[in-house]
Amino acid sequence: MDTIKADLLMSLPEITVLSMAMVVLIIDLFLNKKNRLVIYGLAQVTLFVAAYLVWGSHTTTVDYAYSGMFVDDPLSEILKLATLIGAAIMLVYTRHYMMLRNMFSGEYYALLLFATAGMMVMISGHNMLSIYVGLELLSLCIYAMVALDRDNPKATEAAMKYFVLGALASGMLLYGMSMIYGVTGSLDISVIAQRLHDSALINPDFVKNPVLVLGLVFIVAGLAFKFGAVPFHMWAPDVYQGSPTGITILIGSIPKFAGFAMAIRLLTTGLDALVLDWQNMLLIMAVLSIAIGNITAIAQTNLKRMLAYSTISHIGFLLLGLMSGTLNGYASSMVYVMAYVLMALAGFGVILMLSRKGFEAEQLDDLKGLNQRSPWAAFLMLITMFSMAGVPPTLGFYAKFSVLQAALQAGFVWIVVFAVLMAVVGAFYYLRIIKLMYFDEPLDDAVIDAPLDMRMVLSLNALALLGIGLMPQGLLELCGRTIYASLH
Amino acid sequence: MVFTDFIFYVLATILLLSATQVITAKNPVQAALFLVLSFFTASGIWLLLQAEFLAIVLVLVYVGAVMVLFLFVVMMLDINIDKLREGFWSYLPLAALIGVLMAVEMVMILSNKYFIAAQSVSHPVGYSDTAALGHVMYTEYLLPFELAAIVLLVAIVAAIALTLREKRESKSINPSEQVVVRKEDRLRMVNMKSETEPKPDESNTKGEAS
Repeated sequence: MDTIKADLLMSLPEITVLSMAMVVLIIDLFLNKKNRLVIYGLAQVTLFVAAYLVWGSHTTTVDYAYSGMFVDDPLSEILKLATLIGAAIMLVYTRHYMMLRNMFSGEYYALLLFATAGMMVMISGHNMLSIYVGLELLSLCIYAMVALDRDNPKATEAAMKYFVLGALASGMLLYGMSMIYGVTGSLDISVIAQRLHDSALINPDFVKNPVLVLGLVFIVAGLAFKFGAVPFHMWAPDVYQGSPTGITILIGSIPKFAGFAMAIRLLTTGLDALVLDWQNMLLIMAVLSIAIGNITAIAQTNLKRMLAYSTISHIGFLLLGLMSGTLNGYASSMVYVMAYVLMALAGFGVILMLSRKGFEAEQLDDLKGLNQRSPWAAFLMLITMFSMAGVPPTLGFYAKFSVLQAALQAGFVWIVVFAVLMAVVGAFYYLRIIKLMYFDEPLDDAVIDAPLDMRMVLSLNALALLGIGLMPQGLLELCGRTIYASLH
Repeated sequence: MVFTDFIFYVLATILLLSATQVITAKNPVQAALFLVLSFFTASGIWLLLQAEFLAIVLVLVYVGAVMVLFLFVVMMLDINIDKLREGFWSYLPLAALIGVLMAVEMVMILSNKYFIAAQSVSHPVGYSDTAALGHVMYTEYLLPFELAAIVLLVAIVAAIALTLREKRESKSINPSEQVVVRKEDRLRMVNMKSETEPKPDESNTKGEAS
């Protein structure tokens, strides 16, 4: 009985989010259109209460619950906190947009809370089964949210593509997991790692076992799909473009935390013995992602599509850190994922701010002359773009810097040179946006009216990119300490 | 040969034959029915392995619910089988290549020493598979089990959110709205040029022509 109580206490944040999602669903039935803001308030309160609970249970130890299915370590706590705060920021940005497009419904908030819970489960998953169920919970919610704008054929098409390809990726992941289970006889991450380690001690050739390697291939392919890394990236541009921007901001931001946690648990903890194999796979994917993401983004005229390719290149950098195979590398990847999510939230936040009733700001031309229309919005976008390009005083620079440093320490000199060259190529399309905003004449002069809370949070978000960039030591230390405490 | 071995081979033969028929049958309804047969024989094999719970669930859920739905859908859709088979020969080389590759991979994996027949487990009399499954489901696998329930709930919510249309407003009259209506709300004044009458000559000539 006591163990169950301890288990429940450990997963209190998840339980809170899930229960509140159901409460939101029920309360929504009794509200008319004017009172829908109550739902929004409830969702925000839920996220903050859950964040408070995560923060309150902060420990420096690694604890397990639900017979090893669930892990509570510093890594999971920090990532959950980041996910919850990211979700709250996203809700602030999307409220106005959703209201104008008749999508401000209880289902949107319930699905978002369910998706958040799915991400939290993935982050804390310590068994292939719980990781997979968490992933499905997240994916199902996102498929439905993409299609929420039912009368928009583009959104429906995007949802269909995402659903079919996502189901395929889940299948691949499951297939890989089943092979790993076949070889090790366990689904528990620690047990898998232990058994692989023991067998490798007896027979060094054990890790070359084709079943094991094929299982790893499928797992890496499934992970790469969920991340959107080349060559499993084809869904990203279409889905980013087709989804309503209020949903694109969700797809493009916080789930990367969960993906990062999943990669850490599966590859670096569970399949640590196969590090030489997955290092090569991640290396190829990282190089291709950085190259194809940055080069293809140049040719885009659609802002959301361009940001999708930019995401692909960022994922490449993230994989570069994971690929290093050192604690230092994982920590730098964690810095990168934090920086990336902050940048993505700010970037899509500006796009959401420029959209208005009956008008979607999604072409590059829509940014023309933004400085004349709203100097502050242009300035926020300027910081975000500089950060994405990796220009020094911003956070994006330190994120790229730490990833490249980790790869360099692991001995991948030429890869680092290549990545830097590609980052220079990528700077072109980020700087083009700045040129459009500051040196071109505006095409329309509609007033930008965003609610005060959105403008304030967006300003804080973009200024944080600059602020943390000026004082990156705190974030770097936090990630380093977290990774060290969780994985050592 | 033991009697159970004999049953196994009979069931396995039927399973393989019916599974082949599922993909080769020309009529989709027949294919669905063959799928029912293969599920049924598979559940027989599970019974031989003393996994009675799985055997019963397979029949109840798959044969009883899923396949019935499947059959309904197949019968309701007007599937043109000739159209489905169009381009069979043009796709064949690529499909054959991929098929051969997959077969080779499967042989490589299956010939591995991990895929040897496991020792068959025999349970004492009175052992309940169902109770054992229920026990682990609510203890060891509690978390994924509960989460799977949430996933199902999300599927319901998503399906309703995506398909439920608001009920159309009824056409009943709302008197309070009706009395506050103003002329400007209903009446639109349009400035139009007056149209001239057609000349009598033209209408005459037209009449003659017709």
